[in-house]
Amino acid sequence: MNAPERLDPLTTAEAWKNAGREVALATVVETWGSAPRQAGSHLVIDGDGNFEGSVSGGCVEGAVITEAMDVIASGKAKMLEFGVADETAWRVGLSCGGRIKVFVERLG
Amino acid sequence: MRLEDLTRLNRARAERRAAVVLTDLASAQMSLVLEGDAVEGPRGEAIAQALRTGKAAHVEIEGQSLFINVYLPPPRIVVIGAVHISQALARLAPVAGYDLTIIDPRTAFATDERFEGVTLVADWPEDVLKETPLDSYTALAAVTHDPKIDDFPLSAALSAGCFYVGALGSRKTHAKRVERLTDMGNTAEEIARIAAPIGLDIGAATPAEIALATLAQIVQAFRCRDLVTGR
Repeated sequence: MNAPERLDPLTTAEAWKNAGREVALATVVETWGSAPRQAGSHLVIDGDGNFEGSVSGGCVEGAVITEAMDVIASGKAKMLEFGVADETAWRVGLSCGGRIKVFVERLG
Repeated sequence: MRLEDLTRLNRARAERRAAVVLTDLASAQMSLVLEGDAVEGPRGEAIAQALRTGKAAHVEIEGQSLFINVYLPPPRIVVIGAVHISQALARLAPVAGYDLTIIDPRTAFATDERFEGVTLVADWPEDVLKETPLDSYTALAAVTHDPKIDDFPLSAALSAGCFYVGALGSRKTHAKRVERLTDMGNTAEEIARIAAPIGLDIGAATPAEIALATLAQIVQAFRCRDLVTGR
């Protein structure tokens, strides 16, 4: 795959699945306030935690990848919601102050 | 999403066909609708709206929580002139997600060696644009400086409503170009849409920097266009 194709998460997802890898697809479905990626943006994750694309500016990808492992294992889709980062509670979140909902499903 | 559906979606995107994916958020069931497929009722209206605006949306329809994602064809850049600037532009455009085609009838310039992996047509723009016409999803950048090559596609781009029309050349060169385009029947308002000198004013000095300034200007024109008129 050449560089521009690798930047396209859906092309990556198809190639990974065809190569026999387990794949989860995460999609931003709703945003409130200032959010780095608009609704419709994709992040794809494989069973080993490799990923392409983004659902935020790098703020919540780690948490989405962890949840995607669960989704790959169980086959059950999940809706995740992220708000403002709470540093004292060690919770991941968006430093920009927005809120986003991310839908994570397994590619069948 | 099933692999078969993803494969169909990716094929449609590669063929520059608009596509919509509806996902039922409760069951994760999805359906793929391609441009031109008929869908009745409230779903059909929501799909039409997504295609018109290019924006994904989360909607409630008949008790179902649906996410509508829309995939419009990527904007395309047509470059007239297989010159040094075009070599840099051809490498930058795909990274930004823009398809790119270069047209230049001068076979000394339009060689596969200089443009490896790039869609390159060594023919007159008049002939090429007859086969693949310009449209409102297309940006046109004319960079040969040669009226014989640049003028026809510039005029065609203005008539076709290309979302961006740019022409390389100094203010003096452009003043003469304006006269010629006027003689060709273009209105003053149309001609005023041409970005000349080409590119955002970032003090670009090298061919690669001019390519970057041009790409930035194309992105600006695309993202700030009026979705109703397409301009």
